[in-house]
Amino acid sequence: MSETVENQGRRDFIVVATNTMLAVGAVAVAYPLINQMNPAADTLALSTIEVDVSAIEEGQAITVKWRGRPVFIRHRTAEEIKIAEAVSLDDLRDPQDDASRAENPKYLVIQGICTHLGCVPLGQKIGEVKGDFNGWFCPCHGSHYDTSGRIRKGPAPTNLEVPPYAFLSDSVIKIG
Amino acid sequence: MRKLMRVVSVATGIVAAAVVSFSAPAMAAGGGGDIKQHEWTFDGPFGHFDKASLQRGFQVYREVCSSCHGIEYISFRNFADLGYSEAEIKAIAAEYEVTDGPNDEGEMFQRAAIPADRVPSPFPNENAARSANGGAYPPDLSLIVKARPDGANYLYSLLTGYADAPSDMKVPDGMYYNKAYSGNLIAMPQPLYGDDITLANGGDTSPEALAEDLVTFLAWTSEPEMETRKRTGIAVMLFLFVMCFVSYGSMRYIWADVKKAKA
Amino acid sequence: MASPEFKNPVVKWIDHRLPVFSFMHHELHEYPTPKNLSYLWNLGSLAGLALVTMIVTGIILAMHYTPHVDHAFASVERIMRDVNHGWLIRYIHMNGASFFFIVVYIHIFRGLYYGSYKAPREILWMLGVVILLLMMATAFMGYVLPWGQMSFWGATVITNLFSAIPLVGDGIVTWLWGGFSVDNPTLSRFFALHYLMPFLIVGVVILHIIALHRFGSNNPLGIDVSGKQDTIPFHPYYTSKDLFGAMVFLTIFASAIFFYPNYLGHPDNYIPANPLQTPAHIVPEWYFLPFYAILRAIPDKLGGVLFMFGAIAVLFVLPWLDRSPVRSGRFRPLFKVFFWLLLADCVLLGYLGGKPAEGIYVTLSRLATAYYFIHFLVILPLLSVVEKTRPLPQSISMPISGGGMGAAVAAKRGKADA
Repeated sequence: MSETVENQGRRDFIVVATNTMLAVGAVAVAYPLINQMNPAADTLALSTIEVDVSAIEEGQAITVKWRGRPVFIRHRTAEEIKIAEAVSLDDLRDPQDDASRAENPKYLVIQGICTHLGCVPLGQKIGEVKGDFNGWFCPCHGSHYDTSGRIRKGPAPTNLEVPPYAFLSDSVIKIG
Repeated sequence: MRKLMRVVSVATGIVAAAVVSFSAPAMAAGGGGDIKQHEWTFDGPFGHFDKASLQRGFQVYREVCSSCHGIEYISFRNFADLGYSEAEIKAIAAEYEVTDGPNDEGEMFQRAAIPADRVPSPFPNENAARSANGGAYPPDLSLIVKARPDGANYLYSLLTGYADAPSDMKVPDGMYYNKAYSGNLIAMPQPLYGDDITLANGGDTSPEALAEDLVTFLAWTSEPEMETRKRTGIAVMLFLFVMCFVSYGSMRYIWADVKKAKA
Repeated sequence: MASPEFKNPVVKWIDHRLPVFSFMHHELHEYPTPKNLSYLWNLGSLAGLALVTMIVTGIILAMHYTPHVDHAFASVERIMRDVNHGWLIRYIHMNGASFFFIVVYIHIFRGLYYGSYKAPREILWMLGVVILLLMMATAFMGYVLPWGQMSFWGATVITNLFSAIPLVGDGIVTWLWGGFSVDNPTLSRFFALHYLMPFLIVGVVILHIIALHRFGSNNPLGIDVSGKQDTIPFHPYYTSKDLFGAMVFLTIFASAIFFYPNYLGHPDNYIPANPLQTPAHIVPEWYFLPFYAILRAIPDKLGGVLFMFGAIAVLFVLPWLDRSPVRSGRFRPLFKVFFWLLLADCVLLGYLGGKPAEGIYVTLSRLATAYYFIHFLVILPLLSVVEKTRPLPQSISMPISGGGMGAAVAAKRGKADA
């Protein structure tokens, strides 16, 4: 009880310092415990893929799996490109011109996930329903997409998404 | 403080006793071989891997070991740790073929490996490995340093432990005399001679130097997290030392009135 | 139990309907604790810290682990190599088991020395023994999960212990395995049980604490609290002391995790399980070694198993074996000597458990095993009768009656003697 005021202040400080450091330590411990649920290194390693598109015949399409979901790559015919480019933006629910969706008009690269509720649209394989606009048709709730993967009819709100991709060469594209 | 000292000494005594009684079996298991103690860059709390040595070790693994031993838990992308660039890793991966599939026809097919792939093992399974090696199983090397007592020194001793058998010892066909191996008879022929390899980054090719590089590489395949672990450890220890001091100060401050009343 | 006045209206509103705040205030804040507890009384809260650490890291590991014989080993390696901070979490869990046992063993020997098992704390003690048993089962099954060589052969050897039971033994073993050897069904069920048992431990720990708070902590003098002057509130006194203890513990723990993570493990467990090849020298984890030594010391299969379980069973009845009315070893000159002998004996058993069962080790194991049981079954009951104990202090804060010697001095003398 004979503590000087000054001494008292110094010692109160130590309790505050302890509690502060404890809080800092708790945050530092929490970080790895939370971060462990983020994608692991092996998952991240597959978050970019390279696809050779030279083997796709004109008019045909392939489906590749990227980050666990389908990506459609269609080698479009000249006619399909023409139709896609000719559409007036006023007719579109989600106006986007074809050039901004396909870097190289020959190859359309889109996520094969209907923007309505996440089903995979039909239209990839020969003989499959392609919908009223000769692109893709989602069987779940009847969304029709055109040859640029844009929504034309049905409940889906937006166009089929274009994943981030780049042409590494004329025939190899890197997705992701 | 005296109380604290006493408790600490008793606790250390118990822990030390437990540790002693534990470490006994580890030593017993390593018996029978002649183990040299070597100095490693990755020893101790500040240990690190020498990247040039890792790259040489990888080359030795590739040219000498990989025909029989896999490193199944290593992916090509992990080679970034050895100091390779993304493009170099891609090139290394492309030199290997991996099985993928099934394709649209339901067939498995071979393709060039990509960085995300695991390094392919030389044999599809243990039985194939045994049958190709006269019944002996060349173990996978991705955990070998952790899977042997005093792993790095043991492997170094094993790799440099080939010698002529003593005259009173019979070495059967397909077996080789090795000073470090338990029982001294090993099915693996001497892997490193030194003169049959040219290192890409121009390292020493004496058998001892090659063994050192190879063991460094294998220490990395066993514990790729080692550098991060030790670095994190230093930071954590520093934090905890300070934490010990301030929490001790807090306790003394809080207990001051009780101690005073007692005195 | 007078409810404290809470200033925060929300707290007050809730507490009136659900008195959790009163409960916490009563049990963790004002809870009267003897003021003379030594650092050995830190081990209880440390064990709690270890348990929570194990549960948190364990749940995380379960998110990434695959309980299948074909994938278990590889999934652990994926945790070590690919999962973010996976190596850290796994090494905490792996070394955490060892540190949990270190803490609990010191906690037990503290209880043995200061007579914490004596009336009225018998049930508190027995619940502690139950926790020890559950911990052993949990640790054993956890060790099987990485599916390395030691996992597999440890599981095989330990489950085979049950085959010693007459008539039904083999049936029980087959039932435990879910097959005719340790295999995938065994691994799956061990995983399920390994996940379950820590929560059973939490349940028993709660009972352990309820029993503890009935009469409060024992103390180094082993005498009852005689009034308010002998106690101080748990918070902030023992919370600050426990915090300091926890930091010292974490410092030691962290040095193992970051710098010697595999020191307490066995290299063979980094070799995938192979049912066709037993490692040359199989040993359990260090914390089982004393029991393993007892098992091997008895030249009869059933006998060995019985003695091994008997080594723990004897702890259950300890409160009735040691009838001395004096709790603390400080005032029991003979008991004190035998206590240290027992500790040495247990350490010796641990050492022998790690040695091959041959030659001198077998003889020593038998002697050490015999001494362990003699200590509890013969020496302690005998001491209760023949030992002349020292005079006890009148209270924790008052001088001894007649002698005029302060409690602190008495305590110091006891220390010097110990």
